[in-house]
Amino acid sequence: MTYTANFRVWRGIGGEGELQDYTVEVNEGEVVLDVIHRIQATQEPDLGVRWNCKAGKCGSCSAEINGKPRLMCMTRMNTFEEGAPVTVTPMRTFPVIRDLVTDVSFNYEKGRQVPAFSPPKDLKPGDFRMQQKDVERSQEFRKCIECFLCTNTCHAVRDHEENVKFFAGPRVLMRTAELDMHPLDTLDRRRMAQDELGLGYCNITKCCTEVCPEHIHITDNALIPLKERVADLKYDPLRWLGNKIRVRGKDD
Amino acid sequence: MSSVTTPVSTDGQPPKRKRAEIGVKTLRTDRYWVQPLVTFIALMLFVIYSTWRAFMNADYFYEPLISPFYSPCLSTACPPGSSFWTPLDLPVAFSPALLILIFPLGFRLTCYYYRKSYYRAFWQSPPACAVAEPHGKYTGETRFPLIFQNAHRYFFYAGLAFNALLTYDAIIAFRNHEGQWGHASVGTLVLILNAAFLWFYSLSCHSCRHAIGGRLKNFSKHPARYKMWTWVSKLNGNHMRYAWISMVFVAFTDFYVYLVASGKITNFYFF
Repeated sequence: MTYTANFRVWRGIGGEGELQDYTVEVNEGEVVLDVIHRIQATQEPDLGVRWNCKAGKCGSCSAEINGKPRLMCMTRMNTFEEGAPVTVTPMRTFPVIRDLVTDVSFNYEKGRQVPAFSPPKDLKPGDFRMQQKDVERSQEFRKCIECFLCTNTCHAVRDHEENVKFFAGPRVLMRTAELDMHPLDTLDRRRMAQDELGLGYCNITKCCTEVCPEHIHITDNALIPLKERVADLKYDPLRWLGNKIRVRGKDD
Repeated sequence: MSSVTTPVSTDGQPPKRKRAEIGVKTLRTDRYWVQPLVTFIALMLFVIYSTWRAFMNADYFYEPLISPFYSPCLSTACPPGSSFWTPLDLPVAFSPALLILIFPLGFRLTCYYYRKSYYRAFWQSPPACAVAEPHGKYTGETRFPLIFQNAHRYFFYAGLAFNALLTYDAIIAFRNHEGQWGHASVGTLVLILNAAFLWFYSLSCHSCRHAIGGRLKNFSKHPARYKMWTWVSKLNGNHMRYAWISMVFVAFTDFYVYLVASGKITNFYFF
């Protein structure tokens, strides 16, 4: 069924801008990205929007729809009341390039701080042998499409821009957890997670998990296990003593 | 025709990119405040009730039932039959609950689920996802006092000892008021359920999941720990549910013992 929707879209360049109103046709089965494209095609040819796959797998069309961080291509129009205004804004945490397009390079800069996968030096790539049960924890995190909705939603940087210096965000910390859990990774990444990537800034309020379009259990399976691993290293005097006097084996 | 113009700074260069200027704290249109409000009310009710009972220092024991708020009862002032091990010589006015509640309270205060709930509901940090928090500064759990949240595992270990004690209390509740074995009452059932819910809550804990096997890199080298880790992981998925059920039920258990001990109801015996 076709109807006319009221859209409010944030428009601006470099951060300065405002919400602008559009009335636009909506057809059955459409998603928010379809409607944004219709505004672009019929009313505002210079409306900036980043998109690619329209299937929730590329992570390009991240935005905030009625205040909720979502992928525009995965937000169906039939979840809104007909006639009720639909507000679309860029992700708040990242600087705006234009309209709905944000500069997410912060995530890549932080990601580059994480040392790459480091297998044993004497192990050649063709000789990697792992059992499924050893890698399945990490495989959940490989579903990440890098939409950065998690980092956008995390109040540690969203509400406190000064913390971008200290806190890498859930996506990068999940990558760190992924590598720290990997059976063939030789680096101890725990100190770095806490001291350089700012794991301690996470207060596990689970917003990253709530907004993840891939339904990755970021908090329960990545961030909390990483916090526990850091506690092993830095905040558990008994484990520290056990390691010092070598009564504990290595947790391999 | 473009409705957007490129801002230009005074030196003629495009200005540095900034976050979008959106004047309101949130554009959410749903009732995002309901969940933190409900959490706030429920936790406050528990805090008020448990504080009242902890300082009451009465009506917590009726042979063979003892309130979980007062077990183990470590004071010489505890009623005969309720004290555990070697009682401490404490003033009669000092409630023995105050000696022990720090452990279960600490376990819940540092629990990863409760942290989420009270950071949201009490400290508004954040009140809900994508809703701005009211604080000007945020350092998370990097500094005193919140850095002590990392001690959760020690409260977990203490919690296990309490679970064992409360299980013991439930077992010895298979007696009648005169101390003869082979009887069961509503109170026995309440104490058993209370101990069971507390075990579910403890075993589903994130620190338990880590200690059981989460800290390992190679599960295949530790098949028994891996198997246990998969069980605990399943429980862990319901940690929030167990947290609420066990908290409400521990208060209910105490309230039931209070009603029986104060003579307001009779503890009905099945056999």
